[in-house]
Amino acid sequence: MNANQIDQQTLLQNEKDPLTHTPVHLLSLDGVGKHYGNIIALRDVTMAVDNGRVTCVLGDNGAGKSTLIKIIAGLHQHDEGVLNIMGEERKFSSPRDALDVGIATVYQDLAVVPLMPIWRNFFLGSELTSGFGPFKSLDVQKMKDITKKELADMGIDLRDVEQPIGQLSGGERQCVAIARAVYFGAKVLILDEPTAALGVKQSGVVLRYILQARDRGLGVIFITHNPHHAFPVGDRFLLLKRGKSIGYYDKKDITLDELTAQMAGGAELAELAHELEQLGGHSEALKEVKAEVAEVADTANAGGPKHA
Amino acid sequence: MANTATLPPAPASAAGPRGDERIGQRSPFQKLLGRPEVGALVGAVVLFIFFALVSQTFIQPNALATILYGSSTIGIMAVGVSLLMIGGEFDLSTGVAVISSALTASLFSWNFSTNVWVGVILALVVSLGIGFINGWILIKTKLPSFIVTLATFLMLTGLNLALTRLIGGSVSSPSIASMEGFNSARAVFASSISLGGVEVKITVFFWIILVAVASWILLRTKVGNWIFAAGGDANAARAVGVPVTKTKIGLFMAVGFCGWVLGMHNLFAFDAVQSGEGVGNEFLYIIAAVIGGCLLTGGYGSAVGGAIGAFIFGMANKGIVYAQWNPDWFKFFLGLMLLLATIVNLIVKRRAELK
Repeated sequence: MNANQIDQQTLLQNEKDPLTHTPVHLLSLDGVGKHYGNIIALRDVTMAVDNGRVTCVLGDNGAGKSTLIKIIAGLHQHDEGVLNIMGEERKFSSPRDALDVGIATVYQDLAVVPLMPIWRNFFLGSELTSGFGPFKSLDVQKMKDITKKELADMGIDLRDVEQPIGQLSGGERQCVAIARAVYFGAKVLILDEPTAALGVKQSGVVLRYILQARDRGLGVIFITHNPHHAFPVGDRFLLLKRGKSIGYYDKKDITLDELTAQMAGGAELAELAHELEQLGGHSEALKEVKAEVAEVADTANAGGPKHA
Repeated sequence: MANTATLPPAPASAAGPRGDERIGQRSPFQKLLGRPEVGALVGAVVLFIFFALVSQTFIQPNALATILYGSSTIGIMAVGVSLLMIGGEFDLSTGVAVISSALTASLFSWNFSTNVWVGVILALVVSLGIGFINGWILIKTKLPSFIVTLATFLMLTGLNLALTRLIGGSVSSPSIASMEGFNSARAVFASSISLGGVEVKITVFFWIILVAVASWILLRTKVGNWIFAAGGDANAARAVGVPVTKTKIGLFMAVGFCGWVLGMHNLFAFDAVQSGEGVGNEFLYIIAAVIGGCLLTGGYGSAVGGAIGAFIFGMANKGIVYAQWNPDWFKFFLGLMLLLATIVNLIVKRRAELK
């Protein structure tokens, strides 16, 4: 597809297939596609996730990012291609299946139940219990202690784990969800636009937690439409557009400017300039767009990756 | 937090093992205000004092036992309905489902001349089955519970009347008083227990046990966590692996179980059931749950709240009689309580959602 396509083997980190002892990815997609009726939502997507690496998925609205994570998180099933977990082909029938193999997803909007206390949210779906048989009851104190400790380890100093999670800020809520995934032994962490609704400072906080999760050895899939957020933390970048992969790069092969240019799409900008010209009367805006087109073209010509 | 900045840093031990300097000392009173049932509790206390002042008979032990009995017949159902409401759904078929359960037990054992207990067990199966069907249709069709249970309500109302006439030949089920097992079943479902000379109906104890079990499930078990989550945000709950479908169907079946307990009481308190009864009672159960602090939208509430709601209902119902007022006022009273309780709940929810 592209000259700068990354060499998969270079990114492997001590993961071996349990049977053949050849290196495998923690999670990999090969030519994965999905259609809803006659609408093709995603086609031919290839990517890999490894321990201690951040794989960024970039794309504008409607590029197929959500479809992609829904396939990996077990909410939808792919129709084409192969989804491999530790080298073994899988197809998830429910989010529970994905969770059981260690894929945890932190959703942008539905990460938590607002009216429930933080500690109940933290352990939701994986509650700790003590006692036997029908008299099994929640180990409340232990869960509260663990919640407080785990969040403190992530650098979140909470006032009170008993308060409803709806009272936390958006960034804090994301962090609780990330801490929860890390605590429950997630191997792959999917973050769905965690910075989309956040301010600059809050975004920085979330990006730091992404790095912390990475340093703990998790494979992170970071979905975003903001290359400025993706570039500093990412190791690999998958660019999606209209349900198709338009590039898959290793960090060493691409710069932030090139990434931004690819995201912005030089062709679209040129088209916009043309339209403005036809309409006439938008001389200021036209000048700006033209300058941007030239800039995009420059970076692309300067050895950067070309449009696929 | 600005005022704490000027203080010297306190040693960690001074804050206590689990303390945090940013949490101000909350008095027990403030803690109480954070509970879902606080509005109902205040209402219940005010109502109790009010009727105690107005009527001499109201606070006599026998009158209290009667009030508790009246409350329990609402309260037993309010337990299931409260849990269901916390789980984000509600059930309009509960009132007639109670009668369906009683009719099943009486008509089956009468028609096939079996031991009454066979009918009682069959009624349990039918009650749980009605709950299961409600929940299952709700999950499969994704229709709102209002529509699904309204349909069940109408169908059960029709079935109650039609089948009773078809089998028993009358609008009332035939008497089963002389049948085998009737006396033992009456002892279980409709006897009285003497407490210090006061006869207290057994339903009061059923009610208390059900409230205790429901509270324990809600606050201290996994399932309770799932109920709150399923009602609070079903999608979020599903995404973290909570079996939302099973939880909701289970809740409808729990309502069915409560309906069975009350249905058996209704049957064995006498020996026959009127097939047209029960219509409208579903609202009383829902009102009790709402007055008790359960949010109609789900995710918030308590079993104790529903019990207090039922107690308020019982007090208002009997209190008006003891005060020798015109019982016409009762519905007005109930409406006013409902409105006030819902407003209090709204304020509580806003406070929980906002900083």
